[in-house]
Amino acid sequence: MTVEAYQSFALHSIQRLVIKRSLVCLRASLLLLSLLCLPAWSVIEVDRLSSPELSARYQQLVAEYRCPKCQNQNLAESNSPISIDLRTEIRRLLEEGASDAQISDYLVARYGEFVLYRPRVQASTYLLWLAPAVLLLLGFLVVVFIIRRQKRATSTAQAALSGAEQAALQALLSDVENQQNKSKNSNKAEVE
Amino acid sequence: MGRIKLFIPLIIFVVLAAILYWGLGRDPNAMPSALISRPVPTFQLPALEQLESTEDDNLMVAEQAEILDESLFLGQVSLLNVWATWCVSCRVEHPYLMDIAETGVRIIGLNYKDEVGAAQQWLAKYGDPYAHTISDTTGGMGLDLGVFGAPETYLVDHLGVIHYKHVGVVDDRVWRTTLQPKYQQLRDALDEQKNDS
Repeated sequence: MTVEAYQSFALHSIQRLVIKRSLVCLRASLLLLSLLCLPAWSVIEVDRLSSPELSARYQQLVAEYRCPKCQNQNLAESNSPISIDLRTEIRRLLEEGASDAQISDYLVARYGEFVLYRPRVQASTYLLWLAPAVLLLLGFLVVVFIIRRQKRATSTAQAALSGAEQAALQALLSDVENQQNKSKNSNKAEVE
Repeated sequence: MGRIKLFIPLIIFVVLAAILYWGLGRDPNAMPSALISRPVPTFQLPALEQLESTEDDNLMVAEQAEILDESLFLGQVSLLNVWATWCVSCRVEHPYLMDIAETGVRIIGLNYKDEVGAAQQWLAKYGDPYAHTISDTTGGMGLDLGVFGAPETYLVDHLGVIHYKHVGVVDDRVWRTTLQPKYQQLRDALDEQKNDS
C-alpha cells in the first residue's frame, strides 16, 4: 500500500465517522425538539383567566374533556368551533365560581358521558375500570401456574429417571443372573 | 384435556374476530344525545324572519321581533333542524327538508351561529321549510342542546320532549329508515290521544 493510498483511506474513514456522528447529533436534537413541543398546547388561553389558581384548574379541566366533534382530541388540543365554545363556557363557569363537579355535570348534561376522558365509576363503566386489574391478576395466575407446572415436571422427571434407571438396572441384573444360572445348569448337565 | 387445550387459540381468535367484525359495522362518530327523553331546554330567542339586519350584519333591531320559547313545541310533533348558511351539508339537505315540509311535517329551524342577513337571504332564495326559525346567533341554545355541528335534527313530541337525534344530513334514506317511523309513531300516539278525549 502506497503512502498516498493509505492517506486517502484514512481521510475517507474520518469523513465517514464525521457524517455518522453528525447524523446521530441531528437525530438527538430532533428528538429533543419534539419533546419540547409537547406541552405547547397547554398554554392556550390561560392568560384570559383572572387568577393563576383558575388558570391551573382550567388547564387541568380542558385536558380531561373530549371534543364532541373530533373525538380523539381533548378540548385543549382541538381547534374546532365547538371546542372553542366549550372552552369559553368552561372559563365562564370557572369565573362564576363553579366547582369542578358542577362543570362536569354541566357538560355531561349536554354532551353525555362521552365527553369525559376520565369516565365516572358506575355500573356501566365497572368493566372499563376493573378490566386492567382483572387482566393483571389473570396474567399473574397464568405465570404462577406455568412456573408451578415446570417445577413439578422437572421434579417428577428426576424421580422417573431414577425409577427407570433402577428398573433397567434390575432387569439387567436379573438377566445376568438368569444367564449365569443357565450356564451353570448347562455346565452341570454336561458334567453329568 | 390435551385436545381441548389445542383449541384455545382458535377460540380466542374466533371471539376476537367476532368482536372486531361487530365493531367494523359501527359508526365511530355515532354519539347518543344526552337529551333523549328530556324536554327541549328553555330558551328565549327572536324569530329569524322578524329580525332586521343592519349593514354590518352583526347588530339587529330586535325590539319588535317576536320572542320564541320552548312552548313552540307544545301541541304538535315537530322536527327541530339545526342549520346555518356556513354549513355546506345544510345546503345539501335543504331541498329534502322542503319536500318533507310539503308532506305536512312540522319543522322548526334553529339558525345556529349564523349571520341574520345571510340566513334570511338563504330562506328567500332556496325556500323556507320551517314553521318557525329560531335565531341563535351566539350558539347558546345550541350549547344547551348539545349541538356539535350542523346539520342536526331532533325529533320532539307534542310535550316538547326530545325523542331522537340525527347528526348529519337528512336524506331520503335517513328519513324513510329512521326518522319517519319514529315520527309517525309519535303522530299516531297523539292522534289516538286526541280521539280519546
